[in-house]
Amino acid sequence: MIILELLWSFIQIGLFSFGGGYAALPLIQEQVVSLHGWLTMSEFADVVTISQMTPGPIAINAASFIGTRMAGLPGAVAATLGCVFPSIVIVLTLAWVYFRYRNLSLIKGMLEGLRPAVVALIASAGLSILLLALFGSDSLPTSMRGVSWMAVALFAIGFIVIRRFKVSQILVIIGSGGIGLALHLLGIPIN
Amino acid sequence: MQHHPDDIPTRTILWLLFRSTFKLSAFTFGGGYVIVPLMRKLFVETYRWLDEQEMLDLIAIGQAAPGVIAVNTSIILGYKMRGLPGALITLLGTISPPLIILSVISLVYTSLIGNPLVEALFAGMRVGVSIVILDAVVSMARNVIKKKSAIAIGLMIVSFLLVTVFDVGVIIIIVACAAVGLLLQLKRHDSGATK
Repeated sequence: MIILELLWSFIQIGLFSFGGGYAALPLIQEQVVSLHGWLTMSEFADVVTISQMTPGPIAINAASFIGTRMAGLPGAVAATLGCVFPSIVIVLTLAWVYFRYRNLSLIKGMLEGLRPAVVALIASAGLSILLLALFGSDSLPTSMRGVSWMAVALFAIGFIVIRRFKVSQILVIIGSGGIGLALHLLGIPIN
Repeated sequence: MQHHPDDIPTRTILWLLFRSTFKLSAFTFGGGYVIVPLMRKLFVETYRWLDEQEMLDLIAIGQAAPGVIAVNTSIILGYKMRGLPGALITLLGTISPPLIILSVISLVYTSLIGNPLVEALFAGMRVGVSIVILDAVVSMARNVIKKKSAIAIGLMIVSFLLVTVFDVGVIIIIVACAAVGLLLQLKRHDSGATK
């Protein structure tokens, strides 16, 4: 049943995303795109995009978007509650441990070990979105055929701009969208 | 104007908790690293319900737990103020705005996608979002490399290859690396104890 599947998928996402920010990205991709096929890779990339432009954390945004898509409001509620359920249990348990022993050093050690892995996992999810944006497919390309050179140029320029000038993320996303739209209107589409 | 939280009637404080977490969640862009400092300002400076040290403790717990940091922090804040009902009300306040906004967007998106102009816009924005994510990845990877720990750099490279080239599951990698981190910490504890 779809509601229970949503609930269980997002429980796993909530349980295994450590470190906040983009940490949930690879987990959402795995559950929603690879395992269940609820979204295509480009829909997933669009959810991430929308998430960057609206308030709210990526995991909750994705849960609400995908839940609504699959099963309307009950789906959205189920996916969102699944996503936060592990938090309730673990946060309250940790609080109990912390105020009893004043010590979270084991967990801090664990997070220390996790940090490099989380960076690697986010890099991998980011790479899939990049490949999709440049090649229109998220698997590793076997040849340069099918590459959109316009998208490559836009990416290269945008990357330099964001690293050099610390432009806001929303501006980069909206700017890229605007350029995509303008190029389309000029008859040189990037996708 | 500021009262000790125990002197405020439960109903009033639950309402205040809901209202403040709802507002923060509805208007804060940029996730946990932006919203947590705003929560600190509200609870420590505006309402004076918590002192600085208590707040730091609660933030540490929120960041140590898995899941969304803004959600974790609001749960622990609510719990600290009024037990389980407090935790549930702050949770509700934090998740309602994105739940409402993204449900609406989901409906709109489904009806708009397929339109060539919208497709072109999203094709461009996908490039933009790859830029934003890779920018974050470069900064995060630099922080890992800066610490000059061979183990950390090794974990990062091996994890990347396993998930990208060999299609190993994300959860397996997370559990394995958490175990490595835990073992290293236990070892550190032991050597610290014998010295």
